[in-house]
Amino acid sequence: MSVLVYTESWEGIFRKSTFEAVSYASETAKLLGTDVVAVSLGEVSDDELSKLGNFGATKVISIASVNKGDSQGTTNAIASLSADAPAIVFSNTYSAKMIAPRLSAKLNAGAISNVIEVASNTSPFTVKRKAFSTKAIEITTVSSEKAILSLAPNSFGLRETAGSCSIEKSDFSENGIITIEGQETASGKISISEAEIVVSGGRGLKGPENWGMIEELATLLGAATACSKPVADIGWRPHAEHVGQTGKAVAADLYIAIGISGAIQHLAGVNSSKVMVAINTDPEAPFFKAADYGIVGDAFEVVPKLIEEIKKIR
Amino acid sequence: MNIVVCISSVPDTTSKINFTDGGSKFDANGVQFVINPYDEFGLTRAMMLKEATGGKVTIITVGDATVEPIIRKALAIGADAAVRINMNATDSFSTATEISNYLKENPADLIITGRESIDYNGGAVGGMISEIMDLPFVNACIGLEIEGTAAKLSREIDGGKENISANLPFVIGGQKGLVQESELRIPNMRGIMQARSKPLEVIEPSSDASLTSSVSFEKPAEKGACKLVDAENVAELVNLLHNEAKII
Repeated sequence: MSVLVYTESWEGIFRKSTFEAVSYASETAKLLGTDVVAVSLGEVSDDELSKLGNFGATKVISIASVNKGDSQGTTNAIASLSADAPAIVFSNTYSAKMIAPRLSAKLNAGAISNVIEVASNTSPFTVKRKAFSTKAIEITTVSSEKAILSLAPNSFGLRETAGSCSIEKSDFSENGIITIEGQETASGKISISEAEIVVSGGRGLKGPENWGMIEELATLLGAATACSKPVADIGWRPHAEHVGQTGKAVAADLYIAIGISGAIQHLAGVNSSKVMVAINTDPEAPFFKAADYGIVGDAFEVVPKLIEEIKKIR
Repeated sequence: MNIVVCISSVPDTTSKINFTDGGSKFDANGVQFVINPYDEFGLTRAMMLKEATGGKVTIITVGDATVEPIIRKALAIGADAAVRINMNATDSFSTATEISNYLKENPADLIITGRESIDYNGGAVGGMISEIMDLPFVNACIGLEIEGTAAKLSREIDGGKENISANLPFVIGGQKGLVQESELRIPNMRGIMQARSKPLEVIEPSSDASLTSSVSFEKPAEKGACKLVDAENVAELVNLLHNEAKII
C-alpha cells in the first residue's frame, strides 16, 4: 500500500531532484494515510541511502545490479515492487523520463508528467501540471487505480522531516539488450538541469572571446553557464549549452540573461525559473517583459561591475 | 530499412494559447499548426538514413482531418507514405496504443518519435510504444548511426551524454543533435507536387485506451512588472537579489 518513489544517483550520490521527489511522495502518502518506499538503482552506500529518511521515506529498497541506462531492465525492476502501490512518483531526470512512460504502459497506470502540486484529490488522482511550454496549467485526472506522477523540475521544493528509513537490498537482476559503451560528462562543471543559478549569454556578447566574464560570474555564483540558440548555431559555444525550446530546459532559482533579446522560443525553455534577470542594451528587448529584474545597459560595462558588487557581499 | 516516424501537429511556438468552453478546450482559432519541432529532427534523420542505405520512411500521426497539412508537409520533405489514425489525441497511452496496433500489423526496423510535443509536453508516447512493442528505448537521442542492423546511439543524460550500442529494432525519442537545426529541410516545389500523389492511409481507432483525462486549463499567474535598475547603479541589483529575492 506504500507510495513508491524512484530515486536517482550519480556516482553514488543522490541528485537534488531525488530529494524533491521523495518529499512529494511523502506529502502524497500523507493524503493516502500510508508511507513511502524508495527504490534506488545502482551502487549507493548505506550512508547515502539513509539520507532518504530525512525527506520522508520509511524504507529504501536498493537494487545494486541493474543496467541503469537500459529502460527495459529498470522498468521491470520498479514494476516488480509496484503491485500494491497506489502511486509511483518520479523526478524529471532523463532516465526518469524513459522509465515512467514504460511503467505506465506495463502496469496500465495513468501517467502524468510535469506535475507542479500535490494532488487535490486522490480518488481519482487529480493534479496540476504545466503544459504548452509553461503557457498553461492543465488539471488532469487519472482514470486507472494506480497513478504515475512525474514532477516538473524544481517546482515542489524539498521538505525535510526528522525521520529515518530502513534499508533492504534486492538482488533483482536483468541484463538489458542494449549496451552502454560509456558516458561523457563535463567534469568540474555544474549541469544546467540541476544548477540553482544559470548565467546565460547571447549574441549581444559579440563573440566567443568575450565569454570570460560570463564564466567568471558563473564561477562566483556557483552557477552553470548557458547560451541562446543563435550563439550555439554559429559555434561560439557548444550545443550542450543551448537553452530554450529545442535545447535544454532551465528551471533554476535564478536565471541571468546577458545580451539575450528573449525570443519566445528562448523564453519557452527558461521561464520555469523562479527569478529572471535581463541585461540588454535594447530597452525594447522582449526579455524585459518576462524578467523580474533588469538593467538596460552594455553587458561589457554592467557585468564587470556586477562581479565586483557580488564579491563585496561574499 | 523500414522507418516509421511518429509526428504530431502542434501550435507554432509563437501562438497565443487560449482556451474555450469554460477553460476545458484548447482554442485552435487563428492558430498556425506546425510539425512538432522535436519530431522534425527525427524526420530529417530518417530521410538521411534512407538516402544512405535505402528503405522506406512512413509517417504516422493521430488526429482528425485538420492535421493533414502537416502530413502533407512531411511528405513534401520526402517521406514516402503517411498513415493517419482518425482520432483526437487526448491521452498519451491511447495515442501510443493506436500507433502500436499499426506497428504490430506493419513491423518497422526503426521507430522515431520526438522527445516530447510542445503542446501537452507529455513526453510519454515513445516510451509507451516501446513498452507495448517490447522494444528498447533511447530517449533524448542526440546521435544515431546505423550499419546493417547494428546501431550506435547517444542520448543526453543529466550533465553529459551516454553512448549506447543496440540492434534494430528499437524506439528513439529524438531531439536536436540527431540533426542540427541547419540541416532541417524546407519542402521545395517538386516535393510539394509529389506529396499530393503519395499514399495517405486513414485508419479508424480500435478502442479508447485512455488512462488520463484533461479536466480544465488555467493561465499561469501574470508576472509582475520588471524592476529596472539603472546601469550606473549595479549595486542596487545585487542588493535586490540578495535582500529582496534572497537568491544570492
